[in-house]
Amino acid sequence: MIKLILQRLALAFLTLATVCVLVFGVTEALPGDVCTAFLGRDAQGTRLENCRQQRNLDQPALQRFATWSAGVFQGDLGTSLKRDKPINDLVANRMRNTAALGLGAALIGIPMAILLGVLAALRRDRTPDMVISGGSIFAMTIPEFVTATLLIYIFAIQLQWFPAITTVRHSAPLSELIPNIILPMVTLALVMMAHILRMVRSSMIDVMASDFVQMARLKGVPYWRIVFIHALPSAMLPAINIIALTIAWLLGGVVIIEQVFNYPGIGTLMIRAIYDRDLPLVQAIALILAAVYVLCNLLADLASLALNPRLRSAR
Amino acid sequence: MTAITAPVATHPNSPRWQQAWQNMRRSTSGMIGLAVLLLHLVAAAIGQWLAPHDWTLQNGYIMFQTPSTEYWFGTDNLGRDLFSRTLIGGKEAITITLLGTLLAMVWGSLAGITLGFIGGKTDEWLMRFVDALLAIPWLLFLLLIIALVGQSGLTLVLTLGFFYGIAVIRVVRGATLEYVPKDFVLAAKTRGESKFTIVTKELLPNVLDALLVEAAMRWAWMLLAFSSLSFLGFGVVPPTPDWGLMIADNRGMISIAPWAVLFPALALSSLIISINLTADAFAKAIGLDRAKAPV
Repeated sequence: MIKLILQRLALAFLTLATVCVLVFGVTEALPGDVCTAFLGRDAQGTRLENCRQQRNLDQPALQRFATWSAGVFQGDLGTSLKRDKPINDLVANRMRNTAALGLGAALIGIPMAILLGVLAALRRDRTPDMVISGGSIFAMTIPEFVTATLLIYIFAIQLQWFPAITTVRHSAPLSELIPNIILPMVTLALVMMAHILRMVRSSMIDVMASDFVQMARLKGVPYWRIVFIHALPSAMLPAINIIALTIAWLLGGVVIIEQVFNYPGIGTLMIRAIYDRDLPLVQAIALILAAVYVLCNLLADLASLALNPRLRSAR
Repeated sequence: MTAITAPVATHPNSPRWQQAWQNMRRSTSGMIGLAVLLLHLVAAAIGQWLAPHDWTLQNGYIMFQTPSTEYWFGTDNLGRDLFSRTLIGGKEAITITLLGTLLAMVWGSLAGITLGFIGGKTDEWLMRFVDALLAIPWLLFLLLIIALVGQSGLTLVLTLGFFYGIAVIRVVRGATLEYVPKDFVLAAKTRGESKFTIVTKELLPNVLDALLVEAAMRWAWMLLAFSSLSFLGFGVVPPTPDWGLMIADNRGMISIAPWAVLFPALALSSLIISINLTADAFAKAIGLDRAKAPV
C-alpha cells in the first residue's frame, strides 16, 4: 500500500518535472527568445543587449534551466518582464480568485452531475435520460465562450440579475466578488457537469446490471438503498479518474471563461501576459495550472486506491 | 494449409462497410448530423462564390441592420453583411482543424500501433511518458507557443496536430493490443513478414474503424480548441471572417445587435454537434461502444 502511494507520488513528481522541462524547452527550442518576443520590433541594439543581460540570456541554457527550476521548486516563479515585479506577488490574489471560482463550480457541479447521472441511468432511454443526456451533449459541444455569452445575454442584459463583466480589482476581498462570480461559476459548473454526468451515467448503467445489484433486488432491499448505498459507490470508482481527467480540459476552459467575464483570476492574467509577450509570466502560469492538474490527478489516484481494495493487491 | 489472413476486408465497397451504412441510415440523428456536416463542408469549400455580398466591405450607412431579405443575418457594427461572413466564417477553422486532425491521426496511430506491437517494457515506459504528456493542459502550451512564435496557420496545425495526437496514441495502442495476440498476426509473423508490413497490412485495417471514430471526435475537440483560440484573438487574422473572432468582436454590442453573435454561434455549434452526431451514429453502426469512451 505504502509502496503504491509512493509510486503515485513519484509519478506526479515526474509529470511536474516533465512539464517544467517542456515549458522551458519549448521556449529554448523555438526561434526567438524571451527578449526578442517581448521587445518585438524594438529587439535590436542596446535595448536587446540590456534585456538579455538582465535575464542572463548569455549563460548556457542548462545553467539557466537549473536556476529557474530550482527557484520554481522553492516557490519562486521569477520576475515579470512587462510589470517588472515578482511573479509571486502578481499571481497570489488572482490564484485565490480562480480557486474560489473553481471550487465553487465544483461544489455545485459535481453533486448535481452525480444526481443527474444516476437519474439518467435509472431512466435509461426514457424522457428524463433523453433530456439529461441531450442537454449534456449540448453543454459539452458548445464552446465555453458561447455558453458564457448566452448566459450574459439572458441574465445580465435581459434580466439584469448579475453584472455582465467584473470591474472589481484582483486584490479586493472575496466578498466583493460575490455578484460577479456567479455567472462564471455557473458556466464552469455547466461544462463540468456535462462531462461528469455522462461518465456517471454509463458507469451506473453497468453497475445496475451487475450480479450483486440483482442479488440485492431479489433479497428485497429497498430501491433507493440499492441505488445509493450499493450501486453508486462502485459506479463512482471508475468515474473518479475521469473527473480528474476532465479537469485538464476545464483548466483551459477556466482561462476562456475568466476572459469572457473579465474575471480577475489567473486566466485573464495569462491572456494579458500573452498579449504583452511577457514569456516568464506565461511560463509561470502554465506551470501553476499544470501543477493544479497534476495535484487533482494525484488526489483522484489516491482516492481510488483508498476506495477500491482491488487496486491495492493487483500488480 | 490455408493461409490465415486478417478478418477484415478493406475494400470500401465490402459488405462490412455497406452494412455499416445500412445501419447508419436507420439513425435519424446520425443522418441529420451528416446532412448538416456536409452543408458546412460545402459552405467552406464554395461559400466564397455563393456569398451575396462582399464580406469585408464596410458601410457606415447600414450598421446594425436587423435581419432582412437583403441582409439575411443582418449587419455588424461596421455594416458588413453577416450572412456572407457567417457563410465563409468556418473556412479557416475547418481547413486548419482538418489538417491538424490528419496530422494527429497519422502520427498518433503510427506511434500507437508501433507501441502496441512492440509491447513489453519499452511500451510500458513510453506509455508512462505519454500519460505525463496527457497530463498537460493543451491550451496552455498552445498559448505559450503562440506567445513565442506568433500566430500562423502552420503553427496552429502543427501544435494542434501534435497535442491531439498524444491522446490518439492511447486509443490506438489499446485497439492494437486487442489484435496483436490474434492468430492472423501470429501467422504473418511466422510467414516472416516485416514489422512494417504487419503494422500496415494486418493491424491498421483492423483498427481503421476505431480510428475513424477517434478522428471525428478529435476533430470536434480541435474545432472547439481552435474557435476558443480564435475567440481570444490568437487564431485567424482579421478581416478574414471567423466564427470565434466574430463572436468576440460582436459580443460587446450584444444588447444592440444580438443577431451578430447569434448566427456565428449557431454556425459553430451546429458544426461541432453535427460532427458528434455523425460520429456517434457511425460508431453505433459499426458496433463500437462509444458510451465507454472517456470523452
